[in-house]
Amino acid sequence: MNTISQQAAAVATTKRKLPSELNILLVLIGISLTFEILGWILQGQSFLLNPQRLSIMILQVSVIGIIAIGVTQVIISGGIDLSSGSIVGATAMIAMSFAQIGTFERALYPGLTDLPVIVPVAIGLIVGLICGAINGALIAYTRIPPFIATLGMMVTARGFAKWYTKGQPISFPTDSFAALGKGMTPVLIFLVVAVIMHVVLRYTRYGKFTYAIGANAHAARVTGIDVERHTVKIYAVAGLLSALAGIVVAARGLTAQAGMGQMYELDAIAMAVIGGVSLSGGRGSVLGTCIGMVIFGVIISGFTFLRLDAYYQEMLKGLIIVAAVVADVYRQKKRVKKA
Amino acid sequence: MVSPATASAIKQVLEKIEIDGLLALEGIRKEFPGVLALDNVQLRVRPGSVHALMGENGAGKSTLMKIIAGIYQPDAGEIRLRGEPVTLKSPLDALEQGIAMIHQELQLMNWMTIAENIWIRREPRNRFGLIDHGKMAEMTRELFSRLNLSLDPGTQVSELTVAQKQMVEIARAVSYESRILIMDEPTSALTEREVEHLFAIIRDLRARGIGIIYITHKMNELFEIADEFTVFRDGKYIGTHASKDVTRDDIIRMMVGREITNMFPKIDCPIGDVILEVNKLTIPGVFHDISFSLRRGEILGLAGLVGSKRSNVAEALFGVNPAASGQILIDNKAVTISSPNEAMAHGMAFLTEDRKETGCFLALDCLENIQSALITRSHVKAGFVDQKTLTRLAADMAAKLRVKTPNLHEIVENLSGGNQQKLLIARWLLTKPRILILDEPTRGIDVGAKSEIHRLITGLAAEGVAVLMISSELPEVLGMSDRIMVMHEGRVSGFLDRADADQVKIMDLAAR
Repeated sequence: MNTISQQAAAVATTKRKLPSELNILLVLIGISLTFEILGWILQGQSFLLNPQRLSIMILQVSVIGIIAIGVTQVIISGGIDLSSGSIVGATAMIAMSFAQIGTFERALYPGLTDLPVIVPVAIGLIVGLICGAINGALIAYTRIPPFIATLGMMVTARGFAKWYTKGQPISFPTDSFAALGKGMTPVLIFLVVAVIMHVVLRYTRYGKFTYAIGANAHAARVTGIDVERHTVKIYAVAGLLSALAGIVVAARGLTAQAGMGQMYELDAIAMAVIGGVSLSGGRGSVLGTCIGMVIFGVIISGFTFLRLDAYYQEMLKGLIIVAAVVADVYRQKKRVKKA
Repeated sequence: MVSPATASAIKQVLEKIEIDGLLALEGIRKEFPGVLALDNVQLRVRPGSVHALMGENGAGKSTLMKIIAGIYQPDAGEIRLRGEPVTLKSPLDALEQGIAMIHQELQLMNWMTIAENIWIRREPRNRFGLIDHGKMAEMTRELFSRLNLSLDPGTQVSELTVAQKQMVEIARAVSYESRILIMDEPTSALTEREVEHLFAIIRDLRARGIGIIYITHKMNELFEIADEFTVFRDGKYIGTHASKDVTRDDIIRMMVGREITNMFPKIDCPIGDVILEVNKLTIPGVFHDISFSLRRGEILGLAGLVGSKRSNVAEALFGVNPAASGQILIDNKAVTISSPNEAMAHGMAFLTEDRKETGCFLALDCLENIQSALITRSHVKAGFVDQKTLTRLAADMAAKLRVKTPNLHEIVENLSGGNQQKLLIARWLLTKPRILILDEPTRGIDVGAKSEIHRLITGLAAEGVAVLMISSELPEVLGMSDRIMVMHEGRVSGFLDRADADQVKIMDLAAR
C-alpha cells in the first residue's frame, strides 16, 4: 500500500506527454513538402523558399484566423458559431460608417467624419460583443441548440448589414482606420489575439471553465460553475473577435460591403477542426487552430502555385474539412475502444 | 432410422459438447495500444447453467464479453460453439449464431415501440409488403407470455423503467432463439423486487438449456443465481469453480490476490452538534415533507428502492434542482440554496450518482478533474489560476487517496471506475467540506477500491465531517451508517439506529 502512495506522489510531478498538436504539425510539414516536390516537378521552382508567397499566404488566412481563435473556444465549450461571417459583414459596415473622411461629400453621417480611429473600432467591437452575447444568452437560457441560435444570428446580422445602407457600399476611411489593414498589420493583430487567447485558455479560470463545460456541462454545473453565465461570455468573446476581423477586412479593402465575410464562419470552423479541436467538446487548443490555419493557407496557395483551377480548390477544401472531422471521429473511437 | 454414419456423427458432436460445453474459449489474447487486456484466457459455459464472470474493474471481463458478442476480434485463440470453431465477425453475426448480449447501457431505440424494437429487421409483412403491426403485436404478446412479462407491445420504449427496458432486451434475445445470453451487471439499476423478477426469468431460461454468462460485482448475487464462476485478474484467467464449493472470502481472495480484512471499517467516533437540519423539503410530484437532521461526525445512510427519489433530495440540498418549499438550516441558521455554488459556500460537497454523466470530465486530465470544484471558489488571482499550488494540492490528495495513474496529466477516460471515483472524491475533499453528500459512492467499482473508499468515508466522519450517504447496497448502508433514513416513493418512511437496523427492517420500510 505504501508503495502505491509513494508512486502517486512521485509520478505527480512528471511531465506532460507529447502534445497532440505534434501530429497536426507533422501533417502540415507533409503537405508543405508535397507541394515543394510537386513545385520542382511541375513548375521548376521552390514552393516554400519564396518569402513573398509565404507572406501573402499568411495575410490571406490571418483575418479568418482571428475568427477561428474565437470559434476555437466556442467549439471547445461544446458549441458552434455560424454567425461569424455575418457579424464580419455587419461590423465592417458599422465601423466604416464612423471612419469616413470629411472631404468625402456623400459620407453616411456627414456630421461624424474624421473621428479618431478608436471610435469606429470601439463601436464595431461593441456591436460584435452584443451579437455574440445574444447568441450566448439564447443558447444558455432558452436551451435552443447553438446551431440554431447562431444560424438565426447569421441570417439576421447579414440582413442588418444590407439594410444599413440599403445595399450601398461604404468607402473612404480615414488614414488611421485604413492603417489597421495595411501591409502585415492584420497578421500582427492575429498574432496578438492568438497569444492572448492561448494564455487565457491555458492559465485562467475562464479557460478552465470553458474546457470543463465542453467536457461535461452537467458535471460543470455540479462543481459550482455558472454554466449559463459562462456560455454567454464565450459567445460574446467569439462575437468580439468576429467584429475585430470585420474591422480589419473593411480597413484592408478601404471599403465595406454588406456581403463581406460570407462563408468565413465555415473556413474558421474548418481551421479549428483541422487543428484538432474536437466537435464533441473539451479538446483542442489555440496552438492547434493556428497550425490548422496554416495548413489551410498552404493548401490554398499551393493550388494557386500549381495553377489549379479555383473550382478544384473549393471542392478540395470541402473534402479536407470532412477528412478532418473523420479524423476526429476516428480518434474518438480509438479512445472509446481503449477505455 | 438414421444411418450408422449419421449416428456416429451425432455422437461425435454430443461428445464435443460434453467436453466443451455450449461455448468454449481457449487461449484468447487481446491487445490494445499499450494494454494487454486479455492474456491466454479461457472460458467454458455449459448449457443450462449460469456462469458468472468475476474480477475487479480492468480485469478483462468486459473485453472478453465483447469478444464473445462479436464486438471485438481476438488477436489469438479459438472460440468453439457447440464444439465447432467459429469466428464472430460482428454483433449481428454473433446474434445470428445464437449469442445475444444485454448491455449495461441498454441499447433500445427510445422513440419506437416495444414490438418494433424486438422485431426490427424481421418485421412480419402483410401481402403488400408493408409491416403488419397487428401480427407483430401478436408475436410480441406470445413472446411475453412465455417469459411471464406483462407489458403492452405498443408502448414506446422511452416510457419504460430501466428494469422494463431490460426485460425487453431479454425478450428480444429470446426471440432470436439465442443459446448464449450475456448479461453485464443487469441488476445495477434495479430495485429488489425487480431483481427477483429478473432472477425468475434467468432460472426459467436456464431450465430451457440456455447458457447465461453473468457479469456482476455483487457477491450475494453470485451465490443466489450462478452455478459456476470464472475469476479474472489483470487480464489473466485465475480459475473456474462451482459456486457451491467456495465461500465469499475465497472469491474475494481470487479476485484481488490479497485478503480484504474488513469490508466496512466503521469506527465509532464522537458525534457532535447538529450541523444540517431539513424541514419539510418538497418538490410537488417528486418528493414531499422530507425532514431530518445531520450531526458533525455522523454518517446518515439514506436507503430506499429505485424510484424513492433519494437522489432528488440530494440534488435539492445541493441546489442542482432546488426544492419548491421547505426549510434548510445550517448551524441553526435558515439558508437558501439555489445553486451548487451557494451550497459550496456553506461547506457542502456532493458526489453525484453517475460518475460518467454528472461527475467526471472524461476528456480532461486528472489534474483538471481534481481542481475543478476548488477553482470556482479560490486559488484564482485576477482571473489566473494559481496552478503551482493547485498542482501540489491535487498531487497530495491523489496520493492520499491512492489514485492509480501514471501521472496527473493522464486523461481520465483511461482510468478505471474505481480510480475515477477516487478522483471525484479528491475533487470534493479539496474544498474542505463540512457536509458531504455521497450518492452511491461505490457503485460499479471493484472490491479493493470499495473498501478503501469506505475507510476514507469513516475517516472523514472521525474528523467531524457530517456525511449523508445514499446507497442501494444494504450491507454498505448497514455497515457504514450511524443512523439510517429510509425513503419510499418520495417520502421518509422511517429512521433506524445502527444498533437495531437490519436488512429486513430496511426493506420493510422501503417497500411498504
